[in-house]
Amino acid sequence: MMKLWRKRLSKAEASTASIVVDGARKATGGRTKNRVVMTMTVFFGIYATITGRLIYLGMLQPDESGGPATRVTASRPDIVDRNGEVLATDIKTLSLFAEPRRIVDADEVIEKLSTVLPDIDVEQTYKRLKSGAGFVWLKRQLSPRQQADIMQLGLPGIGFRTEKRRFYPGGPTAAHILGLTNIDNQGIAGMEKYIDDQGLADLQASGLADAKDLRPVRLSIDLRVQHIVRDEVAKALDKYQAIAAGAVVLNVKTGEVLAMASVPDFDPNNPYNALDKDHLNRMSAGVYEMGSTIKSFTTAMALDSGKVTLNSTFDATRPITIGRQTIRDFHGKGRVLSVPEVFIYSSNIGSAREADVVGIEGHREFLKRIGLLDRLQTELPEVARPTEPKVWKKVHSITISFGHGMSTTPLQTAVGAAALMNGGYLMNPTFLPRTEQDAMASAKQVVNTKTSQDMRYLYLLNAEKGSGKRAEVPGYRVGGKTGTAEKVVNGRYASNVRFNAFLAAFPMDDPQYVVLSIVDEPKPEKPGMPATAGLNAAPVVANIIRRSASFLGVKPEFGHESEATVASSYD
Amino acid sequence: MASRLDRSPVAIWWRTIDRWFLAAFLTLMGLGIVLSFAASPAVAERIGLDSFHFATRQIFFTLPALCVMLAVSFLEAREVRRMALIMLCIALVLMVAVLYVGVEVKGARRWVSFAGVSVQPSEFLKPAFVIVCAWLFAEHQRQPDIPGNLMAMGLLGVVLALLVAQPDLGQTMLSLGTWGVMFFMAGMPWLWIIVLGALGAGGALAAYTVFPHVAGRIDRFLTGEGDTFQVDMGREAVINGGWFGVGPGEGTVKRVIPDSHADFVFAVAGEEFGIIMCFLIMFLFAFIVLRGLNIALKEHDDFTRYAVAGLVVVFGLQSVINMGVNLQLLPAKGMTLPFISYGGSSQIAIAISMGMVLALTRKRPERRKSPGYPLAKHALAAE
Repeated sequence: MMKLWRKRLSKAEASTASIVVDGARKATGGRTKNRVVMTMTVFFGIYATITGRLIYLGMLQPDESGGPATRVTASRPDIVDRNGEVLATDIKTLSLFAEPRRIVDADEVIEKLSTVLPDIDVEQTYKRLKSGAGFVWLKRQLSPRQQADIMQLGLPGIGFRTEKRRFYPGGPTAAHILGLTNIDNQGIAGMEKYIDDQGLADLQASGLADAKDLRPVRLSIDLRVQHIVRDEVAKALDKYQAIAAGAVVLNVKTGEVLAMASVPDFDPNNPYNALDKDHLNRMSAGVYEMGSTIKSFTTAMALDSGKVTLNSTFDATRPITIGRQTIRDFHGKGRVLSVPEVFIYSSNIGSAREADVVGIEGHREFLKRIGLLDRLQTELPEVARPTEPKVWKKVHSITISFGHGMSTTPLQTAVGAAALMNGGYLMNPTFLPRTEQDAMASAKQVVNTKTSQDMRYLYLLNAEKGSGKRAEVPGYRVGGKTGTAEKVVNGRYASNVRFNAFLAAFPMDDPQYVVLSIVDEPKPEKPGMPATAGLNAAPVVANIIRRSASFLGVKPEFGHESEATVASSYD
Repeated sequence: MASRLDRSPVAIWWRTIDRWFLAAFLTLMGLGIVLSFAASPAVAERIGLDSFHFATRQIFFTLPALCVMLAVSFLEAREVRRMALIMLCIALVLMVAVLYVGVEVKGARRWVSFAGVSVQPSEFLKPAFVIVCAWLFAEHQRQPDIPGNLMAMGLLGVVLALLVAQPDLGQTMLSLGTWGVMFFMAGMPWLWIIVLGALGAGGALAAYTVFPHVAGRIDRFLTGEGDTFQVDMGREAVINGGWFGVGPGEGTVKRVIPDSHADFVFAVAGEEFGIIMCFLIMFLFAFIVLRGLNIALKEHDDFTRYAVAGLVVVFGLQSVINMGVNLQLLPAKGMTLPFISYGGSSQIAIAISMGMVLALTRKRPERRKSPGYPLAKHALAAE
């Protein structure tokens, strides 16, 4: 059997296997021995490699540091107000981590931990402990007491790391300005984010952010004024049952924001609701049809064009009809009005005619020049972009002249107003301290000084004789313009849903500060009373000025009628 | 020491056996038991068995393995060959059967169950395959008109096909590598070496493209990205142990290595008993391989030369692949460490192989004088 098989195969081989046969025939014991030696050499080499690897591993130090290195939470500089009061600071907390690779019994760990941390998420924690990762957080930011209790449990594979946590002594007082940090102490909103974007994040990434070396960041905010502003808007929110309220105090000569608040807000120490829809910073991140406050700009534009003076008159006898829309006056007088009258009676018709004087292109160019059509440039990251019609037509120019059809942020409206008050210089608002010289260096003149003087006169006049009477604060010569805008509900302007604003400046003989307040969807204070800006937004401004003027360094002047001094120069 | 006058089989055995080999094998078996106490309780507890389940089974398997090894070492070369041929036939039949009736574990059919005992036929195939190939090469050497090389090649093709079908790429590589080394030693022309080397590289490339898990493992090894948990842990265990280890039972990394009792015993040994222990294990393997090859070098009989060399090469390749994976020198590949890793089939099969090595390396002074033909003819006639 075997022989037969062999024969057959050898026949087949004879023809094809010449190479093999040749190789085999030449094979000698010597060659085989050489090859065995070569095999031995290779094996010797392999074992030598393993020896080398073992020696190398023996040289490495086992990681005894108590866990793999992860980023250490970042130190942040303190944030202080313009007077050095602390607004935000780092405090040390203890965070619990686990090294799942070293965890022997995850169930035991969870069971024991839950005696100290009853709110621990069992399912999630179990998953983390079973993940096989080198490092997982179990619970961040514990108290020393909790740490002691957990240490008493004597669990292997877990440990604590000291972390920095941001603390805001003022709670919600300046929440929207300061912003927030995340659990890793990185700025994610407000000035905290701004500080990170200015290079702190890079510094932290390179591990150079040492707490001792970080100089406090000083803001332009005055904590005292900030407290007053937030207090007043919070009261207004409550008193007028509004959905939101806000206010800003802006230095017209430097562009510094002294205080800014928007309620509802949040407590940055416990920001569980910071991302709720209605908790945004309406002053800079909300855009609104500002309503009649925009007439300040329409009037200034007309005056600045040179074609209109304070003595010019406009016919407001009849409503203007354009297309399907009819423009009427709220406080209609049904007669020809002078420029100051258009302003203090807040005549829509008069404003429309003022805009008509400069034309559609001129109108848009002016608003662009005064910064109402572009996104505001400032440190705060939360700044909304204003909206305007895609194509400006006659009707748009008319409605925008009295503050409809264009949405701007309240903050940029205040900034534009500051330019009208300070002699015509538009300067970007800032939340950091700035001197007048620095401000002037970067400011650009948007209206001439004469227009600015006229506007001061009109503001004061309106506060004394027009819709802003309730903003009067004895001794501080407040001037301002109200705005009661109907809000769009389901695509139509609703007469009972309003956005009210009061844009004011003081003291009017040499304005130092612009104060703007907004009240969103206020209800009448008492049934039957109207809910106009003069009745709710203006008193907010008055209260803010009354309480904060002395902190702002404005001296009251009693004893002589300011009206006489100002008015006399224009009569 | 038995007297020369004592002609009993045991006395002859004791006089002729290679005691260095015997000592090395026994030491490895002993280490296997010791290390199973270190490596297996964690695994057993994890899958809900008694802590010493695997350790006791390791002892339970070591005893028959020892008996098998000693029994095989009593055989004559001729009997070894005969036994190998029978084993090869049975193993091949079982390997075909395993494709149909085998137990599927993690997508591969490698195990066949006999009366409650799981057997991995490929483990038993390896020594039989080596011996038969050695015989074929030797026959071809002796009488070039016998197509021994071609037959060995055909046998290789069958074995590889069956292993790939399971699929068991580790054993495939091992069989191919061993066959290649034996053929190389049997005087393969360099042209063939180049051709076969190219084919091997092509096969590796094919495995990389055809089997996603192979590609994944190699990618992870090369880039260090993805789930390298197991190999990372192996390395970490060794580093954690340092030179002298953390002490028996004190290891912590071993608790999280999934296969600490099988493929990662070496790392566990490193953690608990130190790199010193790793050196000891490695030196034992190196000693066996190099001593085996050295004997092959001095051997005059071609069959014995190839058989011993082949057996120690399988053994050596398996050990270096396992250690390489444990030390993160090679991509993750499930490969047991002979004698040390847990596993009944591999334990017995290794015992048979090493029994054969002992049998073939027994001192035969008469054969050194007149090597080769008479005995080989005799053996041939016996088939």
